[in-house]
Amino acid sequence: MAMADATQDDVQVGDTTDKRGRLVTSDGTPLRRALERSMRRRKLTAFLLVAPLLAFILIFFAFPIAQMMWRSVDNPQVVDALPRTLDALQDWDGSGMPDEPVFAALHADMMEDLDRPRREQKIGPLGIRLNYELSAARGAISRTSRQVPNFEAPYAEAFGDAHRLWGQPELWRVIKREGRPLTPAYYIAALDREYDEAGNIVKRPENRQIYVNLFGRTLALSVAITFMTFLLGFPIAYYLSILPMRYANLLMIAVLLPFWTSLLVRTSAWIVLLQQQGVLNTLFVNIGLIGDDNRLDLIYNQTGTIIAMTHILLPFMVLPLYSVMRTIPPSYMRAAKSLGATPTTAFRRVYFPQTLPGIGAGGVLVFIISIGYYITPALVGGQSGRMISNEIARHIQQSLNWGLAAALGSMLLVGVLLLYWLFNRLVGTDSLKFG
Amino acid sequence: MVAQQQGDGFVVFDGVQKSYDGETLVVKDLNLSVAKGEFLTMLGPSGSGKTTCLMMLAGFETATNGEIMLDKRPINSVPPHKRGIGMVFQNYALFPHMTVGENLAFPLEVRGLGKSDREKKVKRALDMVQMGAFMGRRPAQLSGGQQQRIALARALVFEPELVLMDEPLGALDKQLREHMQFEITRLAHDLGITTVYVTHDQTEALTMSDNVAVFDDGRIQQLDPPDVLYEEPRNSFVAQFIGENNTLDGVVKEIKGDACVVELDSGALIDAKPVNISKVGERTRVSIRPERVEANKERLDAEAHLIDAEVLEFIYMGDVFRTRLKVAGNENFIMKTRNAPDQVRHKKGEKIKIGWMPKDCRALDCPT
Repeated sequence: MAMADATQDDVQVGDTTDKRGRLVTSDGTPLRRALERSMRRRKLTAFLLVAPLLAFILIFFAFPIAQMMWRSVDNPQVVDALPRTLDALQDWDGSGMPDEPVFAALHADMMEDLDRPRREQKIGPLGIRLNYELSAARGAISRTSRQVPNFEAPYAEAFGDAHRLWGQPELWRVIKREGRPLTPAYYIAALDREYDEAGNIVKRPENRQIYVNLFGRTLALSVAITFMTFLLGFPIAYYLSILPMRYANLLMIAVLLPFWTSLLVRTSAWIVLLQQQGVLNTLFVNIGLIGDDNRLDLIYNQTGTIIAMTHILLPFMVLPLYSVMRTIPPSYMRAAKSLGATPTTAFRRVYFPQTLPGIGAGGVLVFIISIGYYITPALVGGQSGRMISNEIARHIQQSLNWGLAAALGSMLLVGVLLLYWLFNRLVGTDSLKFG
Repeated sequence: MVAQQQGDGFVVFDGVQKSYDGETLVVKDLNLSVAKGEFLTMLGPSGSGKTTCLMMLAGFETATNGEIMLDKRPINSVPPHKRGIGMVFQNYALFPHMTVGENLAFPLEVRGLGKSDREKKVKRALDMVQMGAFMGRRPAQLSGGQQQRIALARALVFEPELVLMDEPLGALDKQLREHMQFEITRLAHDLGITTVYVTHDQTEALTMSDNVAVFDDGRIQQLDPPDVLYEEPRNSFVAQFIGENNTLDGVVKEIKGDACVVELDSGALIDAKPVNISKVGERTRVSIRPERVEANKERLDAEAHLIDAEVLEFIYMGDVFRTRLKVAGNENFIMKTRNAPDQVRHKKGEKIKIGWMPKDCRALDCPT
């Protein structure tokens, strides 16, 4: 309270600034501080109101995502299992075979692991980890680890006898390369690349390239689905917006009905409708549109994915569009017409531009949901209609290569954020209306 | 009354009817003629059909029956964008995604005008409403009054001969509204355009118009210049709707040419001018403007009937005094007197006698 001590000469009663030119309140407290004090309580209340949700999001959303991203580069297996071997490998240049001390160190590492309680053994995870880089590595390691207690020097021969891989520099190169706590290996695999003998990152052979194509297909399918929902959703939303409220609400229920039915039920319904012996094909055959022996493949391919997902995601396009269109008063179209514009021109120049925030919001919503969609492509997508999330799920549930799944997931996340950023730069998210 | 005969006006409504649901008529048999260059106001309470009439003229609603003519051409089947009528909407309807300049250029653009012509006309229209500096702004960055001016400029920029305005000043505050009333009338007269103006604000109607059509219940109740409308309302709806008005109910006692005597329900006799009553014994509602009520006997005719009144309230309003009286059972009888040096300030509870010139007290129909 410096101002309270100030003499009458410094501060005139009613002055609004102190000696340094800052605004002060009538009792001489700097205005900024007084404002802060009076706002503190309100800020605290606001914080307390959002605190539960904030905690929930942190624990169950932000933290798992961070953990997943960490897992995509985390690489503890080799370092944990073979500390001595890695030490000994330090001087090896990667060409030819490592020397005897390396094998001795490997023997020591494996012997130590056998003494550990079963749950803490490191050799098992090591085999799994190395197998991602070099198939058969897991077999080599598990077979060797059973025989290791009987080994005697010279160890190089003993190991070579146990499994042929130990006699090849390839496995050693992998061990040395992955003998560090962080690795780009999962991302390299996720981008369809691999290391060649010289340690350079090169493209995989054509027949083993999966993920980049799958990302491309996921993008293309999402764009197609977004466009389809726009084509179907725009007229519906427009019609709803011009109807009187009670009819609009009634029809809105029809649009929302899919939301209230189980996703599985809806997707299964599409299977019934679209399969080769299904309702649609049978109808086409019966009315003579197609022959019985060339029924259309409407499901278990990309067509199936697009049809089913367009149906499922349609409300996400209709709702933002509708909410934007509702707020556009009919007087704009009338004004345009009274100014001499034909109905088409009025629509194109005056109405349509005002629906852009809704189209943007609906588009972003549908696109982002569909890019990570899993259940429907898994059920009706067959091989060609699979999306990247199905591959991620496969790695999580079946191949158990969580590192690769995490890398794919992180790439998907970054990709979505990137697109969102781009969209924000081009259109501006502040103009979006989500409903 | 309108000077022209039905049929040679610039805008003519000929027996126009409008129904939305096929059961009730929103506009019942509308006949109206607006001369070229005239400023006509459609005044009425909400639901009286005035906006519907405007929308039919603009082409956004179709007449269920009857003919609307613009410059002697029937326009019932002409779509709105071919009518060439300028329109100012209630909430301005400025296109939010276009700048002020683009908004004004829009009607010129759709008419295929070249860029330089467009710029010239846009500039002139903006200067006309003193908004020349706001060309690059978006409507959302303007105040209500500024948006109003832009909307006006946009309706005028393509030089229409007829401009329609649908309660254009409704959203403005009082001071701005009064200023814009003046601006709009000035522009309309300077440019010589015909204007049809819709409002429910009677002050606006009186101050701006050449003629006012008072709407109620889908019909024009009276169509007259403002002063006639105010001083000589033809029925009790118009009397009640325009300006402040005192009413007293009674029975016609005697009709003598241009004057009549009415016996009020309280038994008192008053003088009145018969307007739409025809015979003795008929029920009537007389209507007197508060400023025509007189408490000073010396200013009245010697033989004028006087009536007892009790002062209930005296309100000092600066330029005028408002005295609320109880007259023949009516406790909301207002007398408005000018704040002149010799004016009496009545006390509450005071018993006085009031009267009026017979021609100021109009015996009208008695609505049931």
